[in-house]
Parts: sequence; structure tokens; C-alpha cells
Amino acid sequence: MTTTVGVLSIQGAVAEHLDSMRRLFTKPAYKGQAVLLRTPEQVEDLDGVILPGGESTTISRILERSGIGPQLRTRIANDDIAIMGTCAGCVLLAKTLADPTKVTLLEAMDMEVRRNAFGRQKESFERPLQIKGLRKPFPGVFIRAPLITRTWGDCEVLAEIDEGVVMARQGKFLGVAFHPELTDDLRIHQLFYKML
Amino acid sequence: MKTLDLSTLRHGTDLVKRGFAKMQKGGVIMDVTNAQQAKIAEDSGAVAVMALERVPADIRAHGGVARMADPQIINQIIDTVSIPVMAKCRIGHFVEAQALEVLGVDMIDESEVLTPADPFYHVNKKQFTVPFVCGCRNLGEAIRRIYEGAAMIRTKGEAGTGNIIEAIRHQHMVQGMIHELKHMNDPALQALAEAYAQSYAEAFKTLTGHTVVATSRVFGDDEYSAVIKEILAVIQQTKQMQRLPVVNFAAGGIATPADAAIMMQLGSDGVFVGSGIFKSDNPLKRAKAIVEAVANYDNPEVIARVSKDIGAAMPGLEIGTIPKDQLLQDRGW
Repeated sequence: MTTTVGVLSIQGAVAEHLDSMRRLFTKPAYKGQAVLLRTPEQVEDLDGVILPGGESTTISRILERSGIGPQLRTRIANDDIAIMGTCAGCVLLAKTLADPTKVTLLEAMDMEVRRNAFGRQKESFERPLQIKGLRKPFPGVFIRAPLITRTWGDCEVLAEIDEGVVMARQGKFLGVAFHPELTDDLRIHQLFYKML
Repeated sequence: MKTLDLSTLRHGTDLVKRGFAKMQKGGVIMDVTNAQQAKIAEDSGAVAVMALERVPADIRAHGGVARMADPQIINQIIDTVSIPVMAKCRIGHFVEAQALEVLGVDMIDESEVLTPADPFYHVNKKQFTVPFVCGCRNLGEAIRRIYEGAAMIRTKGEAGTGNIIEAIRHQHMVQGMIHELKHMNDPALQALAEAYAQSYAEAFKTLTGHTVVATSRVFGDDEYSAVIKEILAVIQQTKQMQRLPVVNFAAGGIATPADAAIMMQLGSDGVFVGSGIFKSDNPLKRAKAIVEAVANYDNPEVIARVSKDIGAAMPGLEIGTIPKDQLLQDRGW
């Protein structure tokens, strides 16, 4: 069976993640395919899922209504699927939220997240990041980004800035507060590939 | 580990501005006039709201000069929802834009729905940290706005009519020309860039009585030759990508789930719904239906299902019945 990664196609930076994974799969060392995840029936055949950035309230609402959310929860409970969530996707992976909202979480990772933690869009920023396991800094793009405000249990911090944690991993799950898919740098997608 | 230099922290870059627009893709942005409507929009699954004093249908009916919304309304809406809040400034009114930026608006719509403030220039959007969205009727307008710094483009359509024909017209105009770029060689692209830059030359001529030359300052500090060069670069990128290099939404006349879905099938990245929601019988039902239609735009079964039992749409306007001088799409160039 070909290794298959599904990019959740509800709303947000879907095409950018699909493009990042497809560029990765053109390299000889990376074997597999990237597809759009649009229906609950597709979930059982996937080795990995990317939850892109977008608006977490919108994505979570359609995720539940479409039936994809419940399917993902089953795979998460069986611990047999890798998931990377960026920005809004990182919010969905959390166990709890620091701010009260109607977002329904997937509760995959032992972490608490604060949505939109840096203020309004004019406060959005770019800055280089030191990430555990990566030798050179990574170009961090933060857009109305969340922060990981607390981690516990098996959740391992991979990157931190003055304000708090911006990247964490727990087993097959990877939470990223920023947007690697908006850059040409594929190292975070490579890291995710190794988790499949 | 190397310590990070904090001077590398950068706000308002093209990547951050265009990236914000990318996070809106596949979503519905709804016009709201108060906090209560903003809450309904958020609950229905809108990706952002557009804060206004009056929706376009009322602006059209009311007449007079339409300006930036009262900051108090914008503040109340910002305090009510967690999704991004956008607001409109008049074409060329950079001080309204400055005020909106200070208020914390996440994106500014330099909009033909309001009464234009400057007959010569649109806002120099590169000077702002906050991203802008601008309307267009064709590829030339889209490319000029991108050159001026717009991080997102939308069709103008004909706002406040509930009539989709103009939005579809503008989308075809943009897509048709993008496809045509494929068949154009370098000299043809250069000629197109010069044609697209012609509007700046005309403004210059009206202002000075002089014919433009390469060193004439035609937009902000930019000389005419630099404008042509930058416009050519945007055209080349558009040709190569076979789409606009920024996010492209539909706006102006969307009233039903099917209207929203047809714009998506025609290649829009998402939709703005202005009067269509809060001028309808049941705003919450209609808003939810339009959100679901956009997420499932290529699934007719979903479109048919969500179009059921949502009450009457806003009453529409036949474009031909609107006096020519009251067409909003002819504002801006």
C-alpha cells in the first residue's frame, strides 16, 4: 500500500499543504502520495492527516457535521494515524483551550492552547525559530497564531519563543502554531513524514 | 544554540499579509452592522465579518455619501467575536484606512460600495501593516491593485442587488484573461503591462497637463517606468501560476447557497456575502446554508439539501433598472 497523507479540505491553507507534501514526494527518499481529505470514508485508508490553518471555529463546525471528526477520533484513540496540525489545526489537536469557545477539539495531545494569542492581524509576524532536531533556524510565519500555554504527560516541547511554546510533539501527533506551508522550507513536513 | 536577534521580528510583510488572506480560503465573509449580527455570523461558521454601518442594499436605497463605519460599531463587533473583523474605507481615503488599522481591524476593504474619496489614486497599500482587499472588474484592475499592495482581490459584482450576473461577469473577465496569458509571448506581455499602467498615466496627465515620461512620478514615489516593471512582474507571475498571485474571492450580488457555489466552481477562493444574509427572511439559516454550500461547492446534493426551507432570499434588483450613474462597480479604475 502506498503511504497516503490526507490534507483536510474544509477551509484555509489546504492547497499550500498539499503542494508542500507533493513537493516532498518528488524527492527519492520520500515515497507516498498526498490527497485532499473530504469525506469520512477516506479516513480509514490514510496513514497521516494534515489539519491546515484557517478559522478554527469554522473548521471545527464542518469537521463535526461532515462526520470526519468522529472518524479521526476513532483513529486517534487507536493511535494508528499520524496527524500534523498547523495554526487552527494545532488548536484542534489540543486537550483543552485557555479561552472559552465553541470549538470542538480532537483532544489528541496533552496540551492547552490559547487561540489568537498575539493580538490582531497587525501583530502577526515572521521570525526565525530554533526547533529541536533541526540544525538551522526555521522561518516562522505567525498569523493570528495560537500559543501552547501548557503541556503535560507525554507532550514534548519542540520550539519555544519568549511568549511561550509554539511547537510540540506527542507520539504520532505534531502541533505547530505557525505556518510551514507558507514557506519553501520542507523540513517540518519531512519531520511529519518520519512520524507516519 | 545561537541566540535569536529580535530585530529579525517582522510585521506586515507580504508573506504575513497574503498569508492572512490564505487562511480565509474556502470560507464565507459576511457583512454585519452590529454585534448581534456578528454573533449570528460567527455561529453560522463565517470565517470573518465585515463591519459596516449599513449593508450595501441600504446604502443604495439611502443615497448620500457613504463613509467608513462609526468606530464604536467596529469596536463592539471586535469585542464580540473571535473571528477576524474587516471594515471598509473609501477608495483613496488613506486616513480612514489609518484609523481602521489603529482600531485593530484585521483587513481593510478599499471598497467601491462606499463613496470614493480620491478621483486619481487608490490607497498606497504597501505603506500599511494591515492587509487590504480590493474589488476588480477585470484582470487589469486586479493587477493594479496587487501592484499597489492589495493582499487579496475580490470581484466587484454589483453590491446590494442580490443579482449574481455582475460577479459572474467579473470572474469570467479575470479568468478568461489569465488563461489568455498562456498564449502571450514576452513582447505581448510587455505591451499588456504598458496598457495596464495606462490608468496611472491618464491620472498624471489630468493632474499636470503633461504627457507621462519614464521618470514621471505616477503613484506615490514610484516612477512610471517602475510601475510598468512591477505590473509586468505581477502579470508574469499570474501567467506562470495560472491564477492571481493573491487570494481571489467573489463579491457583489451573492444571495443564495447556489450563488455562492457557482462562484466557487468558477474558480473563486471564497465569497463575501453583503446584503444577502441580513436582508433575507431567516439570516441564521441562510448564513449556515451558504457556509455549507461553499464547503461543498462541487456537491449538488448538498447544494440542493441546504437550499431547502431557508426562507425567502433578499428581493433582487435587475441591473438594467439601475441608473448608470448609480452603478457601484464603475467606481475605481
